[in-house]
Amino acid sequence: MPAIEIKKDIYWVGVIDWNLKNFHGYALAHQGTTYNAYLVLDNKVTLFDTVPEKFKWELFHQIQSLIDIGDIDYIVANHLEMDHSGALPFIMDKANPEKLFCSVMGEKSLKAHFHPSDWPLEAVKDGREISLGKRTVNFIETRMLHWPDSMFSYIPNDKLLISSDAFGQNIANSNIFDDQHDLDSLIREARHYFTNIILPYSPLVLKLLDRVQEAGLELDMIAPDHGMIWRSHPDKILAAYKEFASQKLRPKAVLVYDTMWSSTEKMIRAVADALISEGIEVRVMSLKSHHHSDVMGEFSDAAALVCGSPTHNNSMMPLMADFLTYMKGLKPKNRIGAALGSYGWSGEAPSAMSRILEDAGFDLPQKPLRLQYVPGHEQLAVCKELGRALAQAIKAKVAS
Amino acid sequence: MNKWICTVCGYMYDPAEGDPENGVSAGTKFEDVPEDWVCPVCGAGKEDFTPEG
Repeated sequence: MPAIEIKKDIYWVGVIDWNLKNFHGYALAHQGTTYNAYLVLDNKVTLFDTVPEKFKWELFHQIQSLIDIGDIDYIVANHLEMDHSGALPFIMDKANPEKLFCSVMGEKSLKAHFHPSDWPLEAVKDGREISLGKRTVNFIETRMLHWPDSMFSYIPNDKLLISSDAFGQNIANSNIFDDQHDLDSLIREARHYFTNIILPYSPLVLKLLDRVQEAGLELDMIAPDHGMIWRSHPDKILAAYKEFASQKLRPKAVLVYDTMWSSTEKMIRAVADALISEGIEVRVMSLKSHHHSDVMGEFSDAAALVCGSPTHNNSMMPLMADFLTYMKGLKPKNRIGAALGSYGWSGEAPSAMSRILEDAGFDLPQKPLRLQYVPGHEQLAVCKELGRALAQAIKAKVAS
Repeated sequence: MNKWICTVCGYMYDPAEGDPENGVSAGTKFEDVPEDWVCPVCGAGKEDFTPEG
């Protein structure tokens, strides 16, 4: 993939990971991803971020297509996670830059990753400005968005924000600008990405957006480290992040379940029927068909989560334990939960799921529901009753 | 009352604000925050905090 000029003398020199499906081992990236790195040609030639170790030569060739890699004066490491720093030791060796900049927290992170002995490391505090010649770079600390070391680099002369992992999407495409794609699909992918990576830090996102607004930062272009560059719609992705982080909820329920002999599935479908008839939008998602990250993508704007699992060896099914662990870690706020399942003789799963939902801060307006063996018409009516009660709670939640 | 900083993620505990969402009321000195309290941002324990300044 050739380097692409994104602004006068500023180049995208990243790589496209066309075939990636598993993002960092915990989320699915259905459309692959990109690792974006940016090269600024100024008096001080500066490289922002790198790529995974396995793509180090491709980054090298990208840079060499524009300049001799030895001409790099500065390298900025906005984020030390390996998909943006894996190639750093190799590039440091080839470029031998005058300085390597990272955040104060980044210095610790960088040392703990690469144990460098003689790198010209300079930790920069929030608000620090450096000159590249015609341009300056302002560093903005963004701790825990989404690692302690994370920071943004803002180039006021070009009104360009290099935003690290924020505002990214997992999309592999040779058209690297937002206006070359359907905007709704981009925002949808940005939501999936946000929910699976940044959701736990939502309060910090809201504070950061306020800071950006108060500082009157002019943003002509937002260049994240994954996916498409926001050239025509930086305002749209900022507004979308405000919406994602404020966890604005819709009258929607995600019904997530696993099942052995379809009894729990029947219960879930009955609850879904009642929700639909009350005007609630539903997603019915079997964990055998849907990865936990895709369920979370759907749950991001849903007011309620209904969990279904039969009781297996006195507990819930393994896929449900996986999902609930993952979901709880992402700290969704202000949600309604419910738990139900079929059982043979002991029936612990619904209450076990309820406890996790309670610990995660969910409101549980209904008691856990368990039904023995295969539900008949009357038992399914009980499920529908639960669905109708949930619908009322969802409507009240969304209205408040 | 001193503010305390999480050395893992940089979160600042301000005793004037406390951490009411996690059961620590406003006005609680860091020393009086329960030992099992964790950083509300990154989950680090109390032992990972240092006084500001």
